[in-house]
Amino acid sequence: MQKKDKKYKYLNISKSVVIHILMYSLAILTIMPFIWMILTSVKDMSEIFVYPPQWFPKEIKFQNYIDAFNAAPFGTFYMNSLIVAVSVTLGQLITCSMAAYAFARLEFKGRDIIFYIFLGTMMIPANVTMIPTYIVLSTFGLIDSLYSLIIPGLASAFGTFLLRQFFMTIPKELEEAAYIDGASKWQVLMRVIIPLSKPALATLAIFTFMGVFNDFIWALICINSEELKTVQLGLATFRDKYLTQWDLLMAGSVTATLPILIIFFVAQKYFIQGITLSGLKE
Amino acid sequence: MAIYKKNKDGLAAAGFLTPTLIIFGTFILFPVFFSFYLSFQNWNAFSWSGTFVGFDNYTRMVQTKEFWDVLKNTLIYTIGTVPLNMIVSLMIAYGLNQKLKGKKFLRTLFFAPVVVSPVAAALIWRWLYDPNFGLINYSLGAVGIDAINWLNDPSAAMFALIGMGVWKTFGTNMVLFAAGLNAIPESYYEAATIDGAGAWSKFWNITIPLLSPTTFFIMVMSMIGSFQVFDIVYVLTSGGPLGSTKVLVFYIYEYAFKFTGEMGYASAVSYTLFALLFILTMVQVKFLKNKTAA
Repeated sequence: MQKKDKKYKYLNISKSVVIHILMYSLAILTIMPFIWMILTSVKDMSEIFVYPPQWFPKEIKFQNYIDAFNAAPFGTFYMNSLIVAVSVTLGQLITCSMAAYAFARLEFKGRDIIFYIFLGTMMIPANVTMIPTYIVLSTFGLIDSLYSLIIPGLASAFGTFLLRQFFMTIPKELEEAAYIDGASKWQVLMRVIIPLSKPALATLAIFTFMGVFNDFIWALICINSEELKTVQLGLATFRDKYLTQWDLLMAGSVTATLPILIIFFVAQKYFIQGITLSGLKE
Repeated sequence: MAIYKKNKDGLAAAGFLTPTLIIFGTFILFPVFFSFYLSFQNWNAFSWSGTFVGFDNYTRMVQTKEFWDVLKNTLIYTIGTVPLNMIVSLMIAYGLNQKLKGKKFLRTLFFAPVVVSPVAAALIWRWLYDPNFGLINYSLGAVGIDAINWLNDPSAAMFALIGMGVWKTFGTNMVLFAAGLNAIPESYYEAATIDGAGAWSKFWNITIPLLSPTTFFIMVMSMIGSFQVFDIVYVLTSGGPLGSTKVLVFYIYEYAFKFTGEMGYASAVSYTLFALLFILTMVQVKFLKNKTAA
């Protein structure tokens, strides 16, 4: 009996070792492209075009980053991306909180119907609304301006839904106390609901920021001027110009990926929450 | 409790909803209908006016060989990525559900490709796929496979796109599968262990059946996502070589915005795509209803 237990234990340990090795190898394989990107971005061209590939550079060449920033106005691209991403994120936090509060707490005619239409719009693929949205923006003369990237993003069905679900979990007693003190609905939203909803707001903020910062197709369609390009659009045009200058291209890619990766590593809890919630929306 | 009146907060609600309704009306609801209207118009982007042409755009679409090629490419991409994506993400989610040191750290690494920009990611993969100096051909060479000209060979480019597509998206499904796995009560496994079931039998008889709502949801969402792939196609292959990776959204983009500004025709194609996705979603709803009824 004892012998069998021992054998079983060994089997368990070896199984656990196998799982550890397997999972860690797969994880390293998954992030290998990033490692390779970073290593390439600090190599000299003479070390890039070699076979077999060399892992580490003899000397770390930060000059590539300076060259990349000189070859294309990445600083400007960055500013544009930040302006757009921050505006859309702030805008959505405001509009989604307001709409979510109405759906979660107020009693009005047609509330459920409007809410279901809202949910339904989440299923409309972006490329169906793309052409008319372009036509609308162009009618107002907003194409080739940062407004064309900001205004259509100022409301979100996903964001409204996410916040509504969260607001509904907040006990009503807290609001009633505020009402007795003479607070208005707006004050209740700002002073009671919002402070209690930080995790949900953080999830929405991070998701929106990431989505807007990484957006490509909409910027590609709307923006022509070099000085209005976002990081992603700038990087894509950079590719057309420096087809195989892998030192500069990888330096540019690091520039475009690093901020999001850092935000992700710091706040990954919120990313995971957002994904799980989006999976529960049916 | 206050007395319940149906429309007691009507005015306040109007105030709270106005910003959202304006944006939604202008950029979602109006476009959905206008896009439908456009698909029956000969609408040129440069003159900003259209003429009604009935079903011409749709008949032209079904008579154009390129449309069918593009639809075929989109289907190949979907069939190539979705099952592979699901197998990989389920395996990794299952692995992460075992006793493991540094679980959170591993999950972070697996999820990282999802958060980075598709443009930068596709650039990295262009470099990995480089025929002479790329890491992928080098690794294949190490196991005796000849160099493949991934991005310039029409028979290889779609595989290159699929490979990158799976890498870029499996993290999302992994998180959803992990949530599904967590929801399966531990007691089921314990009972099966007492009955002498092995790991494999537990996986097939407990995990797979109890996970099936999650699996189905992931399948439909992944299909919807891969039907609309664009960014990575644009940067990795630009639809080439010889149109071998040109997908539906790329085709719409070309007609509406790149070449001729034929917004009417492009709208007909995007409405067709919308219809396909709508059918997919309805199948899901119906399936889930049957599931809960049974």
